[in-house]
Parts: sequence; structure tokens; C-alpha cells
Amino acid sequence: MTRQRQTIAELSRLFQSGAVSSRELTEASLKRIAEHDSELNSFINVTQEEARVAADTADKLLASGKAGPLTGVPMAHKDIFCTRNITTTCGSRMLENFVSPYDATVVARLAEAGMVSVGKTNMDEFAMGSSNETSYFGAVKNPWDQERSPGGSSGGSAAAVAAGLVPMATGTDTGGSVRQPAALCGITGFKPTYGRISRFGMIAYASSLDQAGVLGLTAEDVALVMQAIAGFDARDSTCSAEPVPDYVAGLEASVSGKTIGVPKEYFEAGLDAGYAEAVHSALDVYQQMGADIREVSLPNLSLAVPAYYVVSPAEASSNLSRFDGIRFGHRAEGMTDLESLYKLTRKEGFGDEVKRRIMTGTYVLSAGYYDAYYLKAQKVRQLISNDMARCFEDVDILAGPTTPTPAFRIGEKVDDPIQMYLNDIYTVSVNLAGLPGVSIPCGLVDGLPAGLQLVGPHFAEQNVLNFAHLFQKETDWHLRVPGEGVS
Amino acid sequence: MALSKQEIEYIAHLARLEIDQGEIPDYEAKLGKIIDFINDLEHADTADLLPMAHPLAMNQRLRADEVTETDERDYLQANASKISGGLYVVPRVIE
Repeated sequence: MTRQRQTIAELSRLFQSGAVSSRELTEASLKRIAEHDSELNSFINVTQEEARVAADTADKLLASGKAGPLTGVPMAHKDIFCTRNITTTCGSRMLENFVSPYDATVVARLAEAGMVSVGKTNMDEFAMGSSNETSYFGAVKNPWDQERSPGGSSGGSAAAVAAGLVPMATGTDTGGSVRQPAALCGITGFKPTYGRISRFGMIAYASSLDQAGVLGLTAEDVALVMQAIAGFDARDSTCSAEPVPDYVAGLEASVSGKTIGVPKEYFEAGLDAGYAEAVHSALDVYQQMGADIREVSLPNLSLAVPAYYVVSPAEASSNLSRFDGIRFGHRAEGMTDLESLYKLTRKEGFGDEVKRRIMTGTYVLSAGYYDAYYLKAQKVRQLISNDMARCFEDVDILAGPTTPTPAFRIGEKVDDPIQMYLNDIYTVSVNLAGLPGVSIPCGLVDGLPAGLQLVGPHFAEQNVLNFAHLFQKETDWHLRVPGEGVS
Repeated sequence: MALSKQEIEYIAHLARLEIDQGEIPDYEAKLGKIIDFINDLEHADTADLLPMAHPLAMNQRLRADEVTETDERDYLQANASKISGGLYVVPRVIE
């Protein structure tokens, strides 16, 4: 595999200077996909013709002096974002042939900014998974080692960016689905505050946790994309009206004198020793920049995954009840009564993990169990959220590992749901509390990437990206390319 | 905590999922593990806490009841497997 990765910022400079057209950038991206994606399986649908039309439009925008910082640059959308006239499968047989009647707000805003979507990336079915193995369209391979998982659920987006097929791809993060694959693929993955980006047109998994995010090569690129997609949208009633600051302008602020909290529980049982070492080395980098490192405590960390695996399946079981075979999606053949039609349609349309979560969610919401599980989990959610808020009274940002181990082998955890769920131990509490978080590459463990997770208070996106950017100015982990040295 | 075969069939019915008899042992094993795992929540001291339904303290936003979308009935119905005369076709529900 040839290694050729360039950031949005670099590609944009080339495009704006006239050195390269959007059509050329787009053809180069399509060529890399054609050459490498038969191995990686990171795309479900490559939309060549639409991409060429968008690229030609971007070239005209530049000629007329209307190009912005994202114009003309290729990218890809996770196949959970609805796209008009192009299938949106959500990684499921249920939606194999579904064509959305509208664009998601994220899709519309990036198109408006002149970005060129080259296709839709592979993902765990309905975003339920941490390994990309639950996709109806097959597992995605990690470009660092094709025997290993890229993580999930935004695994296709992470693999495509890591392999240099596109400089950026969108993702969604309900329990870590942007940050975890970013960590396992050695790239930058950002999940903003709940409500910072519109969820309109983003197929729902767990509505009180779902948030759109960005997978890219640098914090600077994330800031550029965030500038275009963050902000109020009347079509999502939970989208925040909080003003959007200038994320790019905030990147260079000094972190000297700022305080980083390191939860001691993150380094207890379960964390790989080499991974822990990489995280400690990253903290040393911040210390050299003048930041103060302080130990903090999240005493209820061990309850985060169980709480998440009550709240998210409960919401999923309700959200996925819309898939009944009648108005859209797969429909079973030959049924003569309505209930059998629903049941067989759902049996055929959903994969095993989605069914398991629907069953779990249905159980915890069923008569006699609601208080013991769902209500209790919502109280634990408050407990975890309070713990994090208490930390932010004393520190500016929290730091730690993104995942307990580097990329695991495909097939290694797929038969043990609990082992798979525990991969989310460091990421889910961020979703439960609705906070912004990023994963940035911070080292290699046995040749595989490790991620540093940085988490800020609500709407502190600027702060989180600032910390991430300064780390990337001091280190070159984000420039490491699968199978080679520095790009 | 193990779920009985009857419980699994009942939950599958509530979820409108058909399951084969052959799938029941796998559901027993895996759902049993998941329920054991989430049972850890019992030990949390949540005595004075209110349930958190949403990460942000937001009020429900209201909007004027105005038509904002155009009528695209045919385009929307192109996603359905069975339509007839602009209507969705379902098995007979009233005898």
C-alpha cells in the first residue's frame, strides 16, 4: 500500500493556490479507494459520479472567488447519515435499499461548504458494536494490521482516513464510536458536546447519547470541519442554540498554567501496561508545556458500562420499533397477518447484535423491571455525570487512555458481548454525561496505535481541540502511517 | 441471572422478533450474561439522586405549526415494498 496522507489544511492550500483542482483531488481519492478498499472494506458505497459533479462545482466556486476553507476537499460520510438519492444502509440488511428523501444536516452543511463526498463508509449495524464486525456488509480491516479490527462503530470512517483514502470522514459516537476506532487506527477522533451538532438525518440508535463527530488526521482539521457543522438546527429539538466560537482561532492558546486531571481509576485493572506507558509519556509532554497534572477520582467508573448497556438498548429498542417492513426497509414475503409480517421482517432484517440489544432493551423496559433497570440506570447516569462535573471544578480537562488495549483481532471478542462492551470503559461515561471528548494518537504499543483521550466540560470544544492541537505540534504520533514511519 | 425459555419467547414477542427454537440457547447464554452484568447497578448508592433523562438541561422548544416541506409522496413511497394507488399495502387487519 502506498502511503500518501495529506490533511484538509494542506489539500485546501493546494486547491486555493490553483496548484491542483478539486477534480484532481477527487480522482486521486477515488483511485486510492479502487486500489486499496477491496482489502479494507471501509466503504459500503463509493459514489463516483456524484463526487465528480461535486468536484466540478467546487472548481467553479474557486474560479468565482467563493471557495471556503473546506471547498474542493474530498471526504466520506458514515453510512448512518441520510443522503438524498444515495442509499443509506446503516450497515443493515434492513436498509440495504433505503434511499432517504432528505440529506442529514451534517451532509447538507458540508456540501454547502463545498466538500466533495466520495461515498458512504462501513459501520457496525445501526452503530451497535465496537469492532465493525456486526456490519451486514462485512467486517472492516484495520490498515495497521488487517487481521485486526479497526474498532467501531465508525470503523469504516477510521480505516478510510488512516489508510489515506480520504482526509476526513464523519462518524457518530453513542458510547465511543468515534473515539475508539480513531484510537485503534491511529487518527484523531472528536465527539462534541451532546447537542452541539444537529442529529437531523442521523439514524437514531440511543437518542439521549447519540452525537455526530469527526474523524481526521489532526485537531486542526477537526476544528475546520466543526466550524462548518456545529450550531443550531431547528430540525433537531435537542440541538443547542449555544453560539459557535471560532474553533480554529482557539487552537494556539497556551496550556501553561492549565490543569489536567488524570482519573486514577483509569489505570487500575484492565489497562494494557504498554498503553499506560504511552499515556504517561503524553502527560509528560503537557507537563513540559507548563500544564499542571493532577490525580482525580471517578469513583463510579465501573458502573458506567452497565448503566450504558441499560440506557442505550432501552432507547434502541424503542427507536428501532419503526422498522416494521411497511413504509421503508426490508419486508418479509408471503405473510398473511400483520404481526407475523412485523416479526419475520425484523428477524430477517436485523443481525444478531442488534437483536440482542433490542431484546435487552425490551426486557429492561418491560413491566416489573423498569424501576430496577432503566430508572436505576438513569440515576447512576446522574451519579457519573456529577462525578465528572466535580472534577471540572478543579481541572480544565481530563486525560487518560481511550481504550484498554490497542486493536484486537477480528473474531477475538465477537462471541462474548461483555468483553466487547468493556472496550468502551473509558469512553461511555463521556456520553452518559454529554461531554466533548477527543482521541489523539499518543504512541505505539507493539506496533499498534494507542489513543490519548481528552475530555472537557459541556461546550468546551475549543479547549479540548486546543489541547489536542498543541500535543500534535510537539509530537509526531499523528503522522505515523500504517506499515511505515512518518508520512 | 438466567432467563427461562418462556421469558425469552415473551420478550421476543414484545419486541416483535421471530426467533427459532434453535436460537434460544444462544439467547439464554448471552442475555443471561448481559443481565448479570447490568445487575451490578443494584449496588450503586443512588438514594438522593433524580433520574437523568438527558445530558443537557434544556426546555422543549416549540415552533409555529407551519408547512415547511413540499409534498413528495411518490418519492417517499418508492421506499415501500408494496403500495397501491398511493397507499401502503398491509395484510388484512379487519375481517
